[in-house]
Amino acid sequence: MSQIFPKSANSTARMSLAGVATLALFLGWVVFTLMRSSWATKQNEFVEQPIQFSHAHHVGGIGLDCRYCHTTVEKSSFAGIPPTKTCMNCHSQLWTNAKILEPVRASFRNDTPLNWTKVNDLPNYVYFNHSIHVKQGVGCATCHGPVDKMPLMYQAQSLLMEWCITCHRAPEKFIRPRSEVFNMAYVAPDNQEELGLKLKAEYKIADPKHMTSCSVCHR
Amino acid sequence: MDFASVRNRLAGLEGKAYWRSLEELADSSEFNDYLHREFPVQASEFSDPAGRRTFLKLMGASLALAGVGACTRQPPQKLIPYIRQPEELIPGRPMFFATAMPMGGYAYPLLAENHMGRPTKLEGNPEHPASLGATDVFGQASILNLYDPDRSRTIIGRGEVKTWSGFMAALQAVMNTQRGIAGAGIRILTEPVSSPSLVEQMHQLLTDFPEARWHQWDPVFGTVQGGAPDFAPIYALKEAEVIVSLDADFLGSGAGQLRYSKDFASRRRIDTPKDEQNRLYVAEPVPTITGAKAEHRMAVQAHSIHAVAAAIASAVGVAGASAGSLPESVATFVKAAAADLAANRGKSVVIAGAHQPAAVHHLARAINDALGNTTKTVLYTTPVTASPADGATSITDLVTALDAGKVDLLLIVDTNPVFTAPANLKFAEALQKATTRIHLGLHHDDTAELCHWHVPAAHYLESWGDARAFDGTVSLIQPLIAPIYDGRTALEVIASMNGQLGRSTFELVKDFWTRAFEGSTTQKFSLKDAKGNAFATAEAFWRHALHDGFVASTSFHADGAVVPPAPAAVAATAPSSSASNGFEIVFRADPTILDGRFGNNGWMQELPKPLSKLTWDNVAYVGFATAEKLGVKNEDVIQITSEGRTIQMPVWVMPGTADNTIAVHFGYGQTKLGRVANGVGHNAYPLRSSSAPWFISGATVTKTGEKYILASTQTHFNMEGRHPVRVVTAEEYRHEPKESVEKLGPEVPSKDMSLYTPFEYNGNKWGMAIDLNACTGCGVCMVACVAENNIAVVGKEQIKKAREMHWIRVDTYFEGSPDAPNMYHQPVPCQQCENAPCEQVCPVGATVHSDEGLNDMVYNRCVGTRYCSNNCPYKVRRFNFLLYSDFNTEEIKAQRNPDVTIRSRGVMEKCTYCTQRISHARIDAKTQGRDIKDGDVVTACQQACPSDAIMFGNLNDPNSKVAKLKAQERNYGLLEDLNTHPRTTYLAVVKNTNPALDKA
Repeated sequence: MSQIFPKSANSTARMSLAGVATLALFLGWVVFTLMRSSWATKQNEFVEQPIQFSHAHHVGGIGLDCRYCHTTVEKSSFAGIPPTKTCMNCHSQLWTNAKILEPVRASFRNDTPLNWTKVNDLPNYVYFNHSIHVKQGVGCATCHGPVDKMPLMYQAQSLLMEWCITCHRAPEKFIRPRSEVFNMAYVAPDNQEELGLKLKAEYKIADPKHMTSCSVCHR
Repeated sequence: MDFASVRNRLAGLEGKAYWRSLEELADSSEFNDYLHREFPVQASEFSDPAGRRTFLKLMGASLALAGVGACTRQPPQKLIPYIRQPEELIPGRPMFFATAMPMGGYAYPLLAENHMGRPTKLEGNPEHPASLGATDVFGQASILNLYDPDRSRTIIGRGEVKTWSGFMAALQAVMNTQRGIAGAGIRILTEPVSSPSLVEQMHQLLTDFPEARWHQWDPVFGTVQGGAPDFAPIYALKEAEVIVSLDADFLGSGAGQLRYSKDFASRRRIDTPKDEQNRLYVAEPVPTITGAKAEHRMAVQAHSIHAVAAAIASAVGVAGASAGSLPESVATFVKAAAADLAANRGKSVVIAGAHQPAAVHHLARAINDALGNTTKTVLYTTPVTASPADGATSITDLVTALDAGKVDLLLIVDTNPVFTAPANLKFAEALQKATTRIHLGLHHDDTAELCHWHVPAAHYLESWGDARAFDGTVSLIQPLIAPIYDGRTALEVIASMNGQLGRSTFELVKDFWTRAFEGSTTQKFSLKDAKGNAFATAEAFWRHALHDGFVASTSFHADGAVVPPAPAAVAATAPSSSASNGFEIVFRADPTILDGRFGNNGWMQELPKPLSKLTWDNVAYVGFATAEKLGVKNEDVIQITSEGRTIQMPVWVMPGTADNTIAVHFGYGQTKLGRVANGVGHNAYPLRSSSAPWFISGATVTKTGEKYILASTQTHFNMEGRHPVRVVTAEEYRHEPKESVEKLGPEVPSKDMSLYTPFEYNGNKWGMAIDLNACTGCGVCMVACVAENNIAVVGKEQIKKAREMHWIRVDTYFEGSPDAPNMYHQPVPCQQCENAPCEQVCPVGATVHSDEGLNDMVYNRCVGTRYCSNNCPYKVRRFNFLLYSDFNTEEIKAQRNPDVTIRSRGVMEKCTYCTQRISHARIDAKTQGRDIKDGDVVTACQQACPSDAIMFGNLNDPNSKVAKLKAQERNYGLLEDLNTHPRTTYLAVVKNTNPALDKA
């Protein structure tokens, strides 16, 4: 009776053992990479909105300050989404017949709110607070990107925890003077580290040990 | 547990024995078995109908897919802005509005937290004299009633859905026919009412319809056995050195309990060993939290309290009083109490309990008058509630009228008499003799079922209104949200009967107060601000009163209340105790669900009742000796018969209950209130009679031989005799402050005896001190914590498996004999150890040490190994064994605190000193460019505590209140010998016992 397995079966078995291990590693790598990719984080993805509101036009073109619409950015965890009334402050006078603005007028007329889609969406167990970041010299553009050049909004950063923690570990690399926080054209100087350390001391920014404590962001 | 082994064990013990349950005291093999099992009996068995094989298959599959499950993109979320944003509102920051909860006719002042239009949490109004910032369990839990998914939503007229205008038309038609006969057929039944605007409307109605009648009934408030006295006392406990309570649970029930707890505890929160404390004597039939705080407590049957009062009166020289014969132990107690009272003339007070007949109230007043306490420690005034008809008398009159067929229109407001009325009246039968029956209430309950019309009532957080607090202070009620189900207020309905149809509650209330300001109302008020300045305009007054939530000048202290004359004849001799045959039944409102109105409130069902720690049930409490006599143990079902009516109830042996007394709590056994309340517990109302609403003698009790499983948390998380509470007498503490407390505990190892490098705390170093001498064990810290931290309700089945989720628990310890034990309370939150055993065993770093000393709990990292909980010596960690958080019921989602994550299945959770509140305070301080001040961070439990027993703050600041408390000699840590360095420490109980009575 001939043998069931030819001699080459030995090497096939060894190969397949190695193959299974490689496959498992490969699959792990796929999942890991996928979860950090912009597919999962939605980084740089344009988000469909009820109105094609252009930050590029309003901020870059007209030069509106961020705080004209996002009124509570210095006072609250939430920067604030402008009520329809804020739009109508200007648009009851300007472009009053523009078709693109009909949802805004309809909202004001019918007393129904606009439904925006969240662009920068953190998980529910993360408690981000705008007011403290603005106060400590984190510029709007540091996280939100070049908003003045975005015709449609997209999420400029990955919003992964490793991204948050880069700054919480070494804020001096990112912070700017308070006066420059809302300045979209601000460019970090060459001596950023030096300036950052100076500002860190001036603004009494806590040391990384505190800033990386879990309960600072998670509750 | 058997009785003999308890007695044997006690006799064999040396020194003080602390125990939490009789089973523990008996040291039975069952109890040891229970303790040493890793999980309680039912918990380790797989009782799911799916079967073990299916379970394993599912688990295998979910394990394989668990990783893949995370590989999803988050679904997009919506941002919905305002159309026109209110000017003061900052999204993301809560706003606070002063309001008040009306209950039993009294106002319980509150400060309501509002997140973008939805109220989420209630706190006490810190400026209001009836609260001083504290809340009781009902105030905390009432927020959940607002979002109760079983509230009635539509007007129902004769079984069909109707409209408000349809209801109004029907009501007006009846009113028109009544006009001709001066309203002879109109009857209105409400709970006791103190609301000035509603009283005014009622008076107008009764003027226009002189033959109409107003009845008042509430099973808890406003009913006194044998008729109410025509005066009401307001106590000033801060001034009292000696307090004698005659069955008065002034710390645990009643409209003044918050203020009384504050004042009482202010004399117990001693700073130095030399500080003088007050001394409390309590004679009561059933242990209450007031009794547990007493230096000297005497278990006395309810009907014998009168004799105790008479004996005290006679001893302090009240004219005409004579002491009857008392048992020796009671006589000694009376003698010592009377001597203490006499030595503290003008600085003592005798308090008669709400459950005692008028004669005892008269005696208490006579004693206080004789001692010169009146106007010093107690002020006698006219009652706060309007037309103080005694509740039982009033509802008896109503039933007589109903039986006589005299009632054409019966309007029942905010009360459920079909369920709660005394059983001998047979209210349900009588009710159906009224021609038109209207019910206004939050639920379509038993009474609504038998009425022609049911109108959904507005919750007080949805309505405008007013009410008076226990001291008469007028408190305004303002809505925090528009009525969710188009509910209506009593004021609106009564006004429509007065020809003011179509006026909103807001208009009615504001109009009343505008007229009150002008002086054109029947009731007269002196309306001034807290400094005594008059207001320029009605509008100025209205805005000021709304902002503050009350009008300071309307309290009886400020207003110079009319003191009603003392009753001429005092029934000074106690009735001979003919009632000693049979058992005495004592009726009490349930400490958590009250008369049943909080029955559909999961928080209250799950809140362990003080002392017994029972949840989700009511029981018949019997004393140790009585249980021995009856041959019953916990969970045995007994049959109680009184006046020919019978109920069955499980027994709970409550040490310290008077002999031959059976205490039953009513409120349970509902069938029509809602998903939580229905079918839970046993209905005790069938035993209650209108002639004896609070205690009745001559009941018979038989054992049925059946068992009924109860869920008590009393034996969960046992400390196994390691002296968790420490008690010293004032005498000992004065002489050896440090040693007297220290010697009670085990030896504490030195701080450097650790393998781990100690942490350094450079910034804030959070810590907590809990003063056991002040804590009354009321349990409000638990409800406040539940409300603040989105803690889930788990249900009776899970509680039996020791899976309750409360982050802070209140342990009760008994000491001494089970016939007359001393009782102590100990709130136990996470101790935030500096050497935390939990942190060292977490394999995924889900619980880690923060730089401020918190044991952070990171839910999103937790994989549910439960190692941390296993390693925690304090047993303060709670695991979501199942999906306890309710993610499906839309109605209650609006209650949740947006600043705290809602935990899902498989995640460990625990107290983190309200880290969300710390974060808020830190961010606020930083944006204002300053450091966090002492008092900026107030934890939820601390804020609610009526006795200020909990203090929180920065230990690195030597001037912080908490650091000063921790510097006291009586400060000690729980299980310090384990070298955990707990950040939460306790201040020992210092008992100011009377040397004449002190046996120890």
